[in-house]
Amino acid sequence: MFKLMNFILEFPERFTYDIAKPIDAMVDWIDKVFREALDVFVIVFTFIINRVQDVLFFIPWWGYVILLFFATMKLYKVSTAIVLSSLLLLIGVFGFWDATIRTFAIIVVSVLICFIIGLPIGISMAKSRRVEMVLKPILDGMQTLPSFVYLIPALMLFNTFGRVPAVFATTIYALPPLIRLTYLGITNVDEQVVEAGTSFGSTPMQMLFKIEIPQAMSTIAAGVNQTTMMAVAMVVIAAMIGTPGVGRDVLRAVETLQVGDGFAAGFAIVFLAIILDRLLQGLAAKLDTTAQEGEE
Amino acid sequence: MAQGVKVEDLSVIFGSRKQREAAIEMLDDYKPDEIREKTGATVAVKRINLEIEENELFVIVGLSGSGKSSLIRTLNLLNRPATGDVKVGGRSLMDMTKKELRYFRRNDVAMVFQHFGLLSHRTVLGNVEYPLEVQGIEDKERRQRSMEAIELVGLDGWEHHMPNQLSGGMRQRVGLARALTNDPELLLMDEPYSALDPLIRREMQNELLKLEDTMDRTIVFITHDMNEAFRMGDRIALMKDAEIVQLGKPEEFFANPANQYVKDFIADVDKTRILKVRNIMSKLKSVAKLGDDRKETLDFLKENEMDFIYVTDEKRIFLGFLKIEDLQKSKAQKIDNLVHKDETKIYRNLYLQDAWEKLNESTYNLPVVDGKGRLRGVLDYDIVVDALAK
Repeated sequence: MFKLMNFILEFPERFTYDIAKPIDAMVDWIDKVFREALDVFVIVFTFIINRVQDVLFFIPWWGYVILLFFATMKLYKVSTAIVLSSLLLLIGVFGFWDATIRTFAIIVVSVLICFIIGLPIGISMAKSRRVEMVLKPILDGMQTLPSFVYLIPALMLFNTFGRVPAVFATTIYALPPLIRLTYLGITNVDEQVVEAGTSFGSTPMQMLFKIEIPQAMSTIAAGVNQTTMMAVAMVVIAAMIGTPGVGRDVLRAVETLQVGDGFAAGFAIVFLAIILDRLLQGLAAKLDTTAQEGEE
Repeated sequence: MAQGVKVEDLSVIFGSRKQREAAIEMLDDYKPDEIREKTGATVAVKRINLEIEENELFVIVGLSGSGKSSLIRTLNLLNRPATGDVKVGGRSLMDMTKKELRYFRRNDVAMVFQHFGLLSHRTVLGNVEYPLEVQGIEDKERRQRSMEAIELVGLDGWEHHMPNQLSGGMRQRVGLARALTNDPELLLMDEPYSALDPLIRREMQNELLKLEDTMDRTIVFITHDMNEAFRMGDRIALMKDAEIVQLGKPEEFFANPANQYVKDFIADVDKTRILKVRNIMSKLKSVAKLGDDRKETLDFLKENEMDFIYVTDEKRIFLGFLKIEDLQKSKAQKIDNLVHKDETKIYRNLYLQDAWEKLNESTYNLPVVDGKGRLRGVLDYDIVVDALAK
């Protein structure tokens, strides 16, 4: 009787299963079998990140400010351009310029990889019911899984600290919105536009590249925006596996209880996020050709 | 050369595969409503047979949900028929491979859409060029042909604007120009003017009639507006509940409405303003051509008990007529010198109101010509009186 009570009140111990072990085993297995491939991967990606970083460091600080000013002016208006450029200047003023560029390099590489992987996946999801059915729950899972979780396997797989596992973890974490919005953009193209394309004898490839992708461009840009925002968030967390950049400054401040330093570094990240968000949102709005511009 | 369209036993059914199969079984014994209730499938078009002639402006009219759009969309296979087939110029669309179908869509057919279906990321020119671009036609020719089409619809000067900078009427002109660039033999227009306001609609109708007048092209035109149908159509098919209620020339609708539904449908249509010469003209059974043999022509007239015959040149331009007496008297080999040059002819897009006077002055039936002066038919005095009397 007592046993039965216990069974109802507490989860029975003999029904628990340790799922951690098989996952560890799988990571170990990947580590063993793909070791060399992974090492090559690390070398290649370190190279790519370095080159991107070189290019980003090659542009002087005032170059960024001027570029940003004119880009924002084109997308919005002068006042917005002044605000965003000032925010960028403040990052330098607070003394986080170099760290921010390093962070930015990792974001750029991650988002590029997301774009290269995410676009075809999003398109195939829009084209095939089966792919859609398989991927939708996976994407949901990827987005709900706590971001920290990606860091550990990234570390173990690449057997190194720093930027390559950070790019890997960031890419996986930031990928879902781009896939989702590419899928959404392609499936939401005006039916009559697609029919017009069909009625003039477009091949599937012509349809995709001349009609569907251009029509979905604004939504895809919104996806890039969301992906970039998630990459910014992840890159800070990636400081925990030794990734250089502003995130490391935040982490150090937390560890040493320096409230001021923590907020200063935090602001730098916020400003970077605001600037990237505004830029990409403006771009998405510019690409939206379906909006009316003054009717009849 | 324009091509005729033949629709045979055509049904369009929407639903899952199982539902469609069940619906086909029930097609002959049940009404569309009942089939939907029992199977869940929607029967949009039910076993329709019709023939559209070359160069005809054929109008399909009906309320929304009558199946008219579903029908026109089978003519370029945007909808796949559940039963039956469509033949354009004798070729069966259902038998076409993917490649043949693509070729057909690229070269022989074009469509204008109710909501225009323009590519909003391309300029007017970019839109009009699209049908040629997918065919891989090189830039220079593409540009030239597109500009011709843009001029034809009166949009020159606007070619570098984006669609969202244009008004509704102008956008539909872009849609029309785009449909004309590949010089299709069959032009499908799916409620092209329904989204436009009435003034612009009238203007666009007249422009289309003017355009249609000078080109060899079969046009299938969909509308829910009976006035528009009568104003545009050589022949009209009235659809209701997936079937054709009545099919015929406009005046036949007035003369013999098939049932009460048709009567109600045409009740508030003013026919003198809508009936045109072309609607009630008779087709010519035979025409003599310049250079024909006198004796053969004479024999032909006798055989068919005719007193005279109209004469055209090789391009069907109307020249005059031949009297049987002259043919009998003459000894010439050819008919060329016997032709009575006659300038009394009538333009086929005239409304009956305006044609009436001319008809009264003439003692003969009047030859009917199009905008290029080509002989299209003959207007019979008695038929006009009949049509107006009713």
